[in-house]
Amino acid sequence: MKSRQTIVIALLAVSAIALAAAAAAASKTAGLVLTLVAPYLVLAVFLLGMVYRVIRWAKAPVPFRIPTTCGQEKSLPWIQNNPVENPAGPLGAIGRMAGEVFLFRSLFRNAQTEIVDGRQVFGSAKGLWFFGLMFHVSLLAVALRHLRFFTEPVVPFVTGLSALDGFLEIGVPALYISDMTLLAGLAFLFLRRAVLPQVRYISLFADYFALILIAAVAATGLLMRHFFPVDLNAVKTLAMGWVTFAPVAPVDAGFLFYLHLCLVFVLIAWLPFGKLSHMAGIFLSPTRNLINNSRRRRHLNAWNAPVKVHSYEEYEDEFRNKMKAAGLPVEKE
Amino acid sequence: MSLAKIPKPDDLIKIDYAPPKTGWMKTPVDFRPGTWSYPAAPKNLTALEMPNPRAWQPGDADWKLPENWKRIILDGMKERLEKYRSFRLFMDICVRCGACADKCHFYIGSGDPKNMPVLRAELIRSVYRRYFTASGRCFGTLAGARDLTEDVLKEWFYYFYQCTECRRCSVFCPYGIDQAEITMIGRELLNLVGCNINWVLEPAANCFRTGNHLGILPGGMKDMLEFLADDIEDRTGVRVEVPINKKGADILFVTPSADYFADPGTYTCMGYLMLFHEIGLNYTFSTYASEGGNFGLFTSHEMMKRLNAKIYAEARRLGVKWILGGECGHMWRVIHQYMDTMNGPADFLEEPVSPITGTRFENARSTKMVHVVEFTADLIRNGRLKLDPSRNDHIRLTFHDSCNPARAMGLFEEPRYIIANTCNHFYEMAEDTIREKTFCCGAGAGLGNDENMEMRMRGGMPRAMAVRDVVQKHGVNRLGCICAIDRATLPPLMDYWVPGVAVTGVHELLGNALVMKGEKERTTDLRDDEISAPSP
Repeated sequence: MKSRQTIVIALLAVSAIALAAAAAAASKTAGLVLTLVAPYLVLAVFLLGMVYRVIRWAKAPVPFRIPTTCGQEKSLPWIQNNPVENPAGPLGAIGRMAGEVFLFRSLFRNAQTEIVDGRQVFGSAKGLWFFGLMFHVSLLAVALRHLRFFTEPVVPFVTGLSALDGFLEIGVPALYISDMTLLAGLAFLFLRRAVLPQVRYISLFADYFALILIAAVAATGLLMRHFFPVDLNAVKTLAMGWVTFAPVAPVDAGFLFYLHLCLVFVLIAWLPFGKLSHMAGIFLSPTRNLINNSRRRRHLNAWNAPVKVHSYEEYEDEFRNKMKAAGLPVEKE
Repeated sequence: MSLAKIPKPDDLIKIDYAPPKTGWMKTPVDFRPGTWSYPAAPKNLTALEMPNPRAWQPGDADWKLPENWKRIILDGMKERLEKYRSFRLFMDICVRCGACADKCHFYIGSGDPKNMPVLRAELIRSVYRRYFTASGRCFGTLAGARDLTEDVLKEWFYYFYQCTECRRCSVFCPYGIDQAEITMIGRELLNLVGCNINWVLEPAANCFRTGNHLGILPGGMKDMLEFLADDIEDRTGVRVEVPINKKGADILFVTPSADYFADPGTYTCMGYLMLFHEIGLNYTFSTYASEGGNFGLFTSHEMMKRLNAKIYAEARRLGVKWILGGECGHMWRVIHQYMDTMNGPADFLEEPVSPITGTRFENARSTKMVHVVEFTADLIRNGRLKLDPSRNDHIRLTFHDSCNPARAMGLFEEPRYIIANTCNHFYEMAEDTIREKTFCCGAGAGLGNDENMEMRMRGGMPRAMAVRDVVQKHGVNRLGCICAIDRATLPPLMDYWVPGVAVTGVHELLGNALVMKGEKERTTDLRDDEISAPSP
């Protein structure tokens, strides 16, 4: 499928979600379903989906200890080992995982290889790391800030985060830095995928859909915050209603709010099933989370089955005369 | 296929990185001569009791697959999805960021997008989605899924035998997705329907029966080692003994058969023999376990285990205390990450202790097998060897980290420590091309055959380019390594891209520098070349 076609289909898919939101805004019943039933349904799908996914991964054993080592191993005492990039113990492995999860350590290694005038040149390519990390951190900040709708009184951490995030104090209400960086990250990731021929070549519908969906969530959120204000008290009442299992449908929250809600619900419900499950999968990656100590401690394989081998006896039986002729010792004369 | 038949280096390096106009699912494989390996001869499959032995060629329209081949592959996938977390996880979590793309030497050297690790994995992932996920079943191509057809299988064959399982992509992947795991499983599946290559299966079949890849019989092995002892006597005036199948030895020494069979590995082997003689090590070779390498690794986990079993079995029979292993890359991947798990516990052996220095090799406490560069580095550190590095002054060396010791062990400093003590002229290659970022020789994992020569020269290009840089900058004339496959595959690679650079094992350098008791004045190195600094 051509990439342009794929992008159009992804846009159409997101538009279809918008149609559902329009229905929710237009029909009272649909609105009730969206605000009273859907949240619990989505949460259930997300939780059960994630648990199902992780259990499926976890149920498959790790038969061999296969860390990818990226530093000196622990060997002789006078040789300085790299305890994080080549973990010799659990602390090192935790450190390595923390580096991957919080700092995208491996992506930081990214470099570009090119052939220039018959020479191989390595260029710095930290862009993917920088914008990728920026995107993820921003998304986390945005998600955490939303906790202000779900807690009363608002937990201090969230208030602090929001204050910090809006410290530039541009406009009223204040512009959040994380909103801007989120959009910048999304723009980078989308353009990179749509423009670079190699990345475009490997991209699937799901790759574009994820980016467009998150962009739509962000856009509707920003529109509500800065251009078409919604009744925040009503939103908070609704959110607190969800948390206390006594939701009350808002009288008229408006199309934009329904649209935002619809998009977020689709995103959350889809998380466990598509590529976005990498957020959980990374923790189980055997090349990253294992300690490199397979010669120090025996790693056990749950299904280690016997195999047919060629025994020494069979070997000697075949070659006994040759061994004797060569003056090599044999077991049986 | 010889070097003469492949494009000239100046033409080969003009690589077009623009992807084809057609999408990858609609671009069929072109089995161009020089880019694939001959299929396994039926006799080798029969010897190993593997399925579907037959005469066929990848270029044939009919691959003579078993009638129910599709069922076999899909059942095989299902089984492996349940047995390997790596496989299931790596099928699910890739986000196609493409960070791995230009990290693969085969992609850099060929520009073929299906050599980007991400796309090579998608070849099998698309089938996984179609048959094992709901979205793939419902949405087909839109979800990145496709039917398993003979064309898909042919694509697997072509590209899973264009991956050397070097793990470089996995260093750069944000989730650690390791194409080697995917290729290993992909090859296992291909083996289920008899699609495999002779350069892997013939060594495996030989190894199973005769103990080594080359099919060397017990007498032949003895002759070769004695011949090396003669050469040592010729160069040094010292006669070294060659213990074989000796019961009561302290240590079983296992090294790739290429070390005693072919140049330049033989010089490395001479280095071992001289070292063990000089320190008076009570060791033995074995004819039954006369192979350190393990082409089972390139076949299936089961075959790896079948071939590897000999090492512990022989250590037990000979009654040694522990095992010492020679310089080899994939051999050490198997020993370090698989052997103990597969064929252990080695509770009949003792914790390895150097009989010379008393050093306890804690890191090999369970597997009871020590890498010879660990062993030698410890000897040097404890001042047990008399070394004269000036005997290597005619060598201007750079060092190629072999894929497996680098990315499946982290064996970086030990070889460099030996080099630092045996060699006065040492120059590292570019940072992006050494240690964990090292580039493959382009011909590991069973691809080092002649018919695949163009692909080897393409895949080895990034390594060769890095060597060329230090040749131009520092006048390097020797490429060091600790891998027998490297010693076999790097010489033609150098001849093609950087003529004038010879390939050497680290223990060859040690053999040159080792001052032996009772030796005559050395005028030549182990290669019988004059010891004198090269004219500038």
